[in-house]
Order: sequence, then structure tokens, then C-alpha cells
Amino acid sequence: MGGTSTRALAIATQKLNLWYGTFQALFDIDLNIGQGIITSMIGPSGCGKSTFLRSVNRINERLGYVRITGSVDVMGEDIYQQGVELVQVRKQVGMVFQRPNPLPISIRDNVLFSHRLHTSDKCSKARLDEIVEDALQQVLLWDVVKDKLQHKATSLSLEQQQKLCIARLLPVKPAVLLMDEPCSALDPKGTEAVEELIWELRGKYSILIVTHNMAQARRASDECVFMLMGKVIEHTDTGDMFVTPRNQETADYIEGRYG
Amino acid sequence: MEQNQAQSPSPPLDTRFDRLNSDWYFDKLAQVLMFIGGISVIVFIIGIFVFVSIEGFGFLAGKFEFSEFFFSPDWRPTSQTKETYGLLALMAGTASVTGFAMLVAVPFSLGAAIYIAEFSSGKKREFLKVTIELLAAIPSVVWGFIGLTIMNPLIIQIFHVPVGLNILNAGIILGLMAAPIMTSIAEDALKAVPDRYREAAEAMGATRWQMIYKVILPAAKNGLLGAILLGVGRGFGETMAVLMATGHSINLPTSVFDSVRALTATIAAELGETAVGSDHYQALFAIGIFLFAVTFVINLVADLIVRGVRKG
Repeated sequence: MGGTSTRALAIATQKLNLWYGTFQALFDIDLNIGQGIITSMIGPSGCGKSTFLRSVNRINERLGYVRITGSVDVMGEDIYQQGVELVQVRKQVGMVFQRPNPLPISIRDNVLFSHRLHTSDKCSKARLDEIVEDALQQVLLWDVVKDKLQHKATSLSLEQQQKLCIARLLPVKPAVLLMDEPCSALDPKGTEAVEELIWELRGKYSILIVTHNMAQARRASDECVFMLMGKVIEHTDTGDMFVTPRNQETADYIEGRYG
Repeated sequence: MEQNQAQSPSPPLDTRFDRLNSDWYFDKLAQVLMFIGGISVIVFIIGIFVFVSIEGFGFLAGKFEFSEFFFSPDWRPTSQTKETYGLLALMAGTASVTGFAMLVAVPFSLGAAIYIAEFSSGKKREFLKVTIELLAAIPSVVWGFIGLTIMNPLIIQIFHVPVGLNILNAGIILGLMAAPIMTSIAEDALKAVPDRYREAAEAMGATRWQMIYKVILPAAKNGLLGAILLGVGRGFGETMAVLMATGHSINLPTSVFDSVRALTATIAAELGETAVGSDHYQALFAIGIFLFAVTFVINLVADLIVRGVRKG
């Protein structure tokens, strides 16, 4: 299986198994996700794609009953080996959730939140302003919110909230961005805007995006992973997968015969 | 359609739409009972207020002098030469004890609430919650007894003061008394913060404490403030424990080791010795009206603040 190219890897897993209590959600996942590209994950509900995503920045562990075997390497380092600090993992691996979840503080403080967590030395106000503008520019939100940076982030529209949730990851320069159905709470226009934004970020970050929307996977990703019942069925160039799937199950799913 | 009818002819349509069955009567009965239950609470409260007002009215219309009542420290309702009805010392007593109690209760209850809501889970969490509720149910006379028999000698021993029944004693007792209910409400406020905020903060690499300090506490601040105000209201209205632990002597306090007397304790201690309808009797009811007004305002403010958080 594996990727299609010899490009450097952002995420590499070996024999990754995951249990919620006694329920096994992932089976022997071996996945190589390339650097600097957008990889989408598709598959029917409950196939484990969100679970996989959430184990890459170890946010799964908020639930006390999760057990994992195997390894997950991010930029060549195993994030499950002993002595790994969750704080450092999560700095490198940013996460965008299904429902936009800006914190109930000002827009500016949202953008600076993770920067402040991970930078111990004081920055001048001018430097902070620069960081805020830069991050908001990158997510195409600056022109909309530049006059109301002190407003509560929760007062923005859902689309803007989701963009803000992406923007607040950028100041700490993560290597990987994980996105768990980032557009599913948005209307078609918002979806288009966020997709455009994700495409803008291509190259600067390695992006892994879970989606239910096959059209989205097809138009907005370089490689595509198809999962079923906790297993990876196929991983290949997005173009190839949608034109000539190698696997019968993939073909069935793509053509809408189930899922 | 017609084939279906041929197979199983449907019964003639029942068009007596105005008929009533037993469910209807039961529903009406339940409605009436609920209404009586709901309205009686309001009626009783208004009734109490009216009663207290009528009993205190004679004083307000007669011996009452605004400046004496609120600004004189002399409470001598039984003086042979000239009775005075000054509340200043009593108000100072109540305020100092309540204030000290909050110094004790706020850190305790907020700490406990944060621990229960954010750090504990499962069985431990349930156990703690039940225990806290149990603590809230300890009768105030028991707390007063603890103040009298345990705290009193302890304070005398530790601080080498002649009397251990003072602001310090009553403040600690009252603080411990108010803490459980404050904890319970503060914990509700913390739990009302949506979990996605915690998830967002943790996913960005916030430690538990950073998450609590930067996200949870600001988001829950109205509810926490409401909890504190309810604690203040509790302290303000508490009688028995305060009566037993303050020393019950009229004083404008200058240190925490001074004995004081509280408004509530004054009513409790003196009402039984007064002749019904006398000036003294009516003056005590005037204190009652004052207490009623103050606790009403405190609870109202607390309620408005807590409601504010639900909306925001």
C-alpha cells in the first residue's frame, strides 16, 4: 500500500492498533503520509478515520479508556515512545475539529492562544500584532476582522470561526495540520471558502483531512486514503483512486453503493 | 385503495370530537394540584413578608429614627433611662463575620469545585459530590457547637487571647458552613462550560492548569461569582452558629479577636424575652425587615449573574 511517491514523510505509522475499552477501532494501520501535500481520508461512518486522526496528536487520550499498540512517527519521531511530552506533540501537530470551537475570548487572544502557550519569553505588542495579522492573512480572514480583533470569537459566523480555528494553529508553525471534517458544519459557500483556504496552505504544511464528502476529497487533495472497518483498504493518488480504484470495496464506496 | 377497503372495511369514523375520557379529568386534576403547589410557595413568602412588616411597622412609624437606626452603635432596647435602637455595631458584626467567612470559604470552595469538575472522574467524583452535599446538610447548631467547644479553647490556646468566641471563630465556622453549597454551585458553573473548549485548548497543547486558568475560569466567571454571592447570602442570614460562636457582645470590632454580635443572633436571642407588641419587640421585627431586604437583594443579584452566564 503506502504512498505513491518517495517524498519525505510527515506521518508514518506501523502496526497501529487502537482500542476504546474492549472495542477495537483500528487494525494494524500502516500509513505513510507525505510532507507538504494534502491527504484526504474517506470511508463510511465509524470506519476509524477520525480515530486515526485523533491519535496523531494524541487528543484521543482525553478519554481515559483508550489503548494503543504500534507506533506513530511524526516527522520521523515516534510520538508514543516513552518520555514524549504531549505539549510538544500538540505544538507540532495542530488539529481542526468538526464543529468550529474558538475559545470564548477575543479573536486576537484566540490567534495568540497557542503562541502564548508555547513561547515563554515576552513578545512586544508590535510583534504580537504582526503575528496576529500574519496568521489571519494566511486564512484570508484579516480584512474581515481587522477592525474587531477585540470582539468575542464566538460572535463570528461559523465559516469565520472555522478559519479562525485554523489561524490560531499557525503562529507556532506546526508541521502537520489535522482536520476532522472541517466543513461539515458549514454551508456550501463556507465550505468552498474553507476548501480554498486549505488549498492555499498546501505546501507550507502537511495536511491530513478527514471528510465525508467525496467530491471534496476528489477536488481538494493530492492523495487519498480509503478506510473500512478500522483498516486501510487503499492509499493512492487521489486522481487514480477516483478513476481506477484498485480495490472492489473502494470502487463500491466511491460509486455510492454503500456508506 | 378501494381494494383495501374491500378486504378490511374500516369502522365508521368516530366524529364525537368533544367527548372527554378519564385522562382528561386526570390531566385537569394534576394541573390544579401543580398550580396549588406552585402558588402556595409564593403566597407563603408574601405572607411572611407581610407578617414581618406588620409587626415591625409600629416601630417604623414611632420610635424609628433613620440616623440612629443605621448609624448609632448603641443597641439598648431595655435601658431604664433612654432606649436606643442603633444597628451599626450589629451590622458591623454581621459584615465582619460574613466577610471573614468568605475569606475562608472562597478559596476552599473554588478549589474543591475545580478539583471535582476538572481533575476527578468516575467513582471518586461521585463520592466527592455526595460528600459535599452531605456536608451542606449538617445543622447549623452542630457547627455552633463545634465553635463553642472545639474552636473556642483552640483559639485561646493558640493566640493567647482571653476569649475564643470572636470574629475569627465565627468566621471560620461560617466559612466551613457556606463552603459546601458554594462548591456545589461553582461546580455546576464549571461543568456548564462546553467540553469543546477543553478539547480545543488541550489540542493546542495547553496543560491542565493553563486550560483551567485561561479558558475554563473566564468562561465560568459569572457562575462562580453567583456562587460566591449565594455564600454571602448564606452567611448573612445564618443565626444559630453565629450566635454561639461570636461571643454575642455588642462591639464595633477592631480586630478578628473581638467578640461581636450579629443582626440575626440579636433577633433570636431577644425575641423570646420581649412583650408582644412592645417597642423592643417591634424593633426586632424592623431588623427582620432590614435582613429580609438585604438577603433579597443579594439573592437577586446572584440570580441575575448566574442567569447572565446561561444566556452568554
